[in-house]
Amino acid sequence: MLEFFRTLTNNWDIFSRGFLTTLKLFVIGAVGSLTVGTILATMRVSPVPVLRGLGAAYVNIIRNTPLTLVFAFLVFAAPKLGIEISFEPAAYTALTIYTAAFICETLRSGINTVPLGQGEAARALGMSFSQVLYLIVLPQAFRTVVPPLISMLNAMLKNTTVAAGFSVVEAGAIQAYLSERGENQVHTLFWITVGFLTFVAPLIVLQRYLERRWAVVR
Amino acid sequence: MSTSILYDEPGPRARVRYRIVGIATIALIAGFVAFTLYRFSETGQFEPLKWKQFEYEAIQLQLLNGLLATLKAAGTAAVLALVFGGVFASARISDAWIFRAPATFLVELFRAIPLLILIFFGYYVPLQYGWHISNFWALVAGLTVYNGSVLAEIIRAGIAAIPRGQSEAAYALGLQKGQVVRLILLPQAIRSMLPSIIGQLVVLLKDTALGFIITYPELLYVGKQMGSRLAFDLPYVPTYLVVAAIYIGMCAIMSAFANWLAKRGGEKRPPAPAPRP
Repeated sequence: MLEFFRTLTNNWDIFSRGFLTTLKLFVIGAVGSLTVGTILATMRVSPVPVLRGLGAAYVNIIRNTPLTLVFAFLVFAAPKLGIEISFEPAAYTALTIYTAAFICETLRSGINTVPLGQGEAARALGMSFSQVLYLIVLPQAFRTVVPPLISMLNAMLKNTTVAAGFSVVEAGAIQAYLSERGENQVHTLFWITVGFLTFVAPLIVLQRYLERRWAVVR
Repeated sequence: MSTSILYDEPGPRARVRYRIVGIATIALIAGFVAFTLYRFSETGQFEPLKWKQFEYEAIQLQLLNGLLATLKAAGTAAVLALVFGGVFASARISDAWIFRAPATFLVELFRAIPLLILIFFGYYVPLQYGWHISNFWALVAGLTVYNGSVLAEIIRAGIAAIPRGQSEAAYALGLQKGQVVRLILLPQAIRSMLPSIIGQLVVLLKDTALGFIITYPELLYVGKQMGSRLAFDLPYVPTYLVVAAIYIGMCAIMSAFANWLAKRGGEKRPPAPAPRP
């Protein structure tokens, strides 16, 4: 039992370093994918057919590509095209490219739940497309999609572990380090799980809270 | 008639504006494509040597074997995950807490752990006790418990979404709980669940690429091997483009099938939830 706790305390340096990197990947990836996802959603509902097509093409291609392949392309193939990108920025980029497609689709489904009258009233006041979208429709859509958005971010938090396969020292890579130090693998993996649960739990609590607080009666 | 709630049918001035934005976008796309092609030719991606490998039968076979390994892992895990999902969903809707509580706990736990860590559990935990498990089964085990848990949730939610009158009427006819679920609820729920289930199987197929990290020789792993051949001047870019096309093709067909089912299935039912990344 004592040995079990020692696995954590003796290797605290690697655990803290790993989970801090995970947190960094998560925050940068979340900001990036929310931004890109919103731009993509705007494109997909815009009045210009070319923009709609471009948004749809992006979403359909990326949603059907494994995240690991996006990582592999950025890490192994991009340098061959003369685009040098180090491991951590590659991880931010891959997570953003991949998650943005899912965020876009979530936002778009939220836009569809906003009653027709809202957009009509806004247009009757003479608002332009971007005013209707950003001032009237998206703020209302955002409230209804907060729970699914948080579960997307939750999935992205778990997806950060893929970076471990591409030389980023984050939580998923802890196991490889501790195996070199000769630690018990079961203990190591158990503590990694505990680490993730402590990250996931606040997200789930936030999701439940906002679900109740921001529930929209339609 | 406007087709969107966000904008009116364009007038003459708006049409001009849209056209300008459209042309600007096309110009941007053209610029991007031109830049990509420029980078390709600049770094010699079009050189025949980089593409020559695809002409060799041994390499075609290698690629095919990678694809088969991916499909084998995905197929095995899909069957096991469906069984896992069915068992855990029935435990979760059981009246006996002794089934319900552990099933709920495990389903929530498995969904909260990153899939890669679950695969590591499958690989390294038996190893710790001196029992070597192949990376194929470690991958399948991880995929099964994760996707099985998500499927259990999909099945449970699908059954819960059936109007209460259905089960009330069935109970009134004297059916038992098992009969109500099996004969009344499940046949109706399957129709609305099927698109989500197939969507999750697409996720499972994509996730087999994680096998790359535990060196299971699936498609992406084979792609890395092929890309790192010095004899063909490190053809990473051509190889990954081919691998990506295979993945996207397979998943797009399955996604299209799910969409078709969703459109055809229920007119009055709520739309299927979007698949999770």
